[in-house]
Amino acid sequence: MALFEARNIHKRFGSRVVLENISLSFEEGQVNGIMGPNGAGKTTCFHCLTGHYKPTRGNIIFDGQDITGKPPQRISRMGVSRSFQLMNLFDDSSVIENIILALPDFRRRYAQATRSVFDDRELLEQARVILDQVGLLGQEWLPSLSLSYGNRRALEIGVALAANPRIVFLDEPTSGLGAEATRQLASLINKLRSKYTIVMIEHDMRFLFELADTISVIHWGQVIAQGTPDELQSNKWVQRSALGEVA
Amino acid sequence: MATLSDITRRSSQWITPQIFVFAVFLLSLPLWIRPIGLYQYIGIEIAIWIIFALGFNLLFGYTGLHSFGHGAYLGVGAYAFGLFQLHVGVSLIGGLLAAVFAAALAGAFVACFVSHRRGIYFALMTIAFGQVFWFASIKMHGITGGEDGLLNIPRPDLNLGVYSVSLSGNTALYYLIAVLLIIVTVFTWRAMNSPFGRILQAIRQNETRASFIGYEVWWFKWAAFTLSAMFAGLAGGLFAMAQESAYPDVMSLHQSGLIVMMVLVGGGLVNFWGPILGVILYFIARDVLGSITETWLLWYGLMFVVMVMFKPEGLAGVLAGLSKNSAETLNDLPVKTAEGN
Ligand SMILES: Nc1ncnc2c1ncn2[C@@H]1O[C@H](COP(=O)(O)OP(=O)(O)OP(=O)(O)O)[C@@H](O)[C@H]1O
Ligand SMILES: [Mg+2]
Repeated sequence: MALFEARNIHKRFGSRVVLENISLSFEEGQVNGIMGPNGAGKTTCFHCLTGHYKPTRGNIIFDGQDITGKPPQRISRMGVSRSFQLMNLFDDSSVIENIILALPDFRRRYAQATRSVFDDRELLEQARVILDQVGLLGQEWLPSLSLSYGNRRALEIGVALAANPRIVFLDEPTSGLGAEATRQLASLINKLRSKYTIVMIEHDMRFLFELADTISVIHWGQVIAQGTPDELQSNKWVQRSALGEVA
Repeated sequence: MATLSDITRRSSQWITPQIFVFAVFLLSLPLWIRPIGLYQYIGIEIAIWIIFALGFNLLFGYTGLHSFGHGAYLGVGAYAFGLFQLHVGVSLIGGLLAAVFAAALAGAFVACFVSHRRGIYFALMTIAFGQVFWFASIKMHGITGGEDGLLNIPRPDLNLGVYSVSLSGNTALYYLIAVLLIIVTVFTWRAMNSPFGRILQAIRQNETRASFIGYEVWWFKWAAFTLSAMFAGLAGGLFAMAQESAYPDVMSLHQSGLIVMMVLVGGGLVNFWGPILGVILYFIARDVLGSITETWLLWYGLMFVVMVMFKPEGLAGVLAGLSKNSAETLNDLPVKTAEGN
């Protein structure tokens, strides 16, 4: 059985139908790509899958449990993490604190009210391991707002990983990144694929086709094509947008 | 720019140099307050309001929840203290516990309604509930004594087992309150650097992200609200003791606005010490400006407006700008670990 499954998801805003009968399934350990034009409903789909929106109809199954309509914090604690298309960090906090806040070991200490966070070596060590993964070691104590754009993107991913998830949803992780940063991100995702199931929305087709095990194309709120990168090479829509986007 | 959530070098200490200086300031105050032309009772007022302000800023500054009705919990504490002395028995500990407990109960109840709200809705609901408490204090004659309030509340002795200390003198009472204030200061300082406190600050910065990394945001808001109401209750109990009475004005909208103003003027949005500076400034202004002109509150209000417009970081921000030392945070240092090695 798939680790994560969406069955016949519909999402309406008033009379506006944004998602229509979306079914997706993600196998454990795979990198799954989602592509599609602007406004197709990809982010809305992520919002439904991670609890930000409640789907109008349909079911979401994670690890055999129905999580449809559960609030984001419950879904998150079950092992579903995500990053956001627009940056979504704790801006007043340092880099390392952004990570620490997401650590399950930290979350379990939520009721401690007199013990200092910053002399807890165990938490600091755990956070450093994550920062090392995303290439931010050495910048722990900088305010997160002072990082470069690319590094803030990396921190976004770090926060998603710090929650120790089983599946990670990344919404356009390469957006705004230069060629070098995109290459670094690709090698990061290659490192992560052995530990996590990954789902990512991506416009960069070369990036996606190189990394993904499966790809789904969403258009007009529907899944119009699905398959391995090889299978999709021959898909008309993919070919057309590939002409535009990949040299 | 400095923010409340900066990690200062000594975040993990119990007694920082600043806390030590503050404690010395408080404990030595009776020695120099008269020579500088003030009087003992103002020390009592300042200390009580600082307890109120520190607790209030847990909610207002740190959690980013803008309550405009916190006077209510000050009042609930005052009445609870008075009712305990008048009907249960004359006891310092009993009265203060009753004050804290009653305010916690009232705060927890209101928090159930407001902690799902944000922004202006949150603010409006806190005002509305504040008015409900104020109205109840006037209307429930049988219990609260109506507009007159509770009069002749005795000041109980401090019972230290073997011997007891009379608190009828203002200096003795001041020392009691100063010691409580030092405890409150240490606790709030630690709490804001603890996991619980850091989560509150994360919620202030980005509620969405906080829930997506697994936090039950409303619970933390509820807890912050209740906790701040408890401090208000403690302050209210001490106030009733100092005034030897409790009356509706204590929980009026006026008091609720005053605490907001003090915290903002002091710089509670950017600095732990902001509320403390704000309270001291207010009372000094009241007495010094007040001795010069009847319209002192107008001048104080103008200062508030100017502050909000030109120096939103408040007095703490001004001072931090003057002395580099107090603005020194880990974030400013190149790469430095917080473990202090
Ligand atoms: N809360 C909302 N209310 C109404 N319409 C919405 C809402 N959220 C999204 N939409 C609409 O749904 C459509 C899909 O939006 P969505 O953000 O999911 O697209 P996307 O595929 O992520 O696009 P992009 O590639 O630009 O990120 C858009 O036309 C958008 O206007
Ligand atoms: Mg999108």
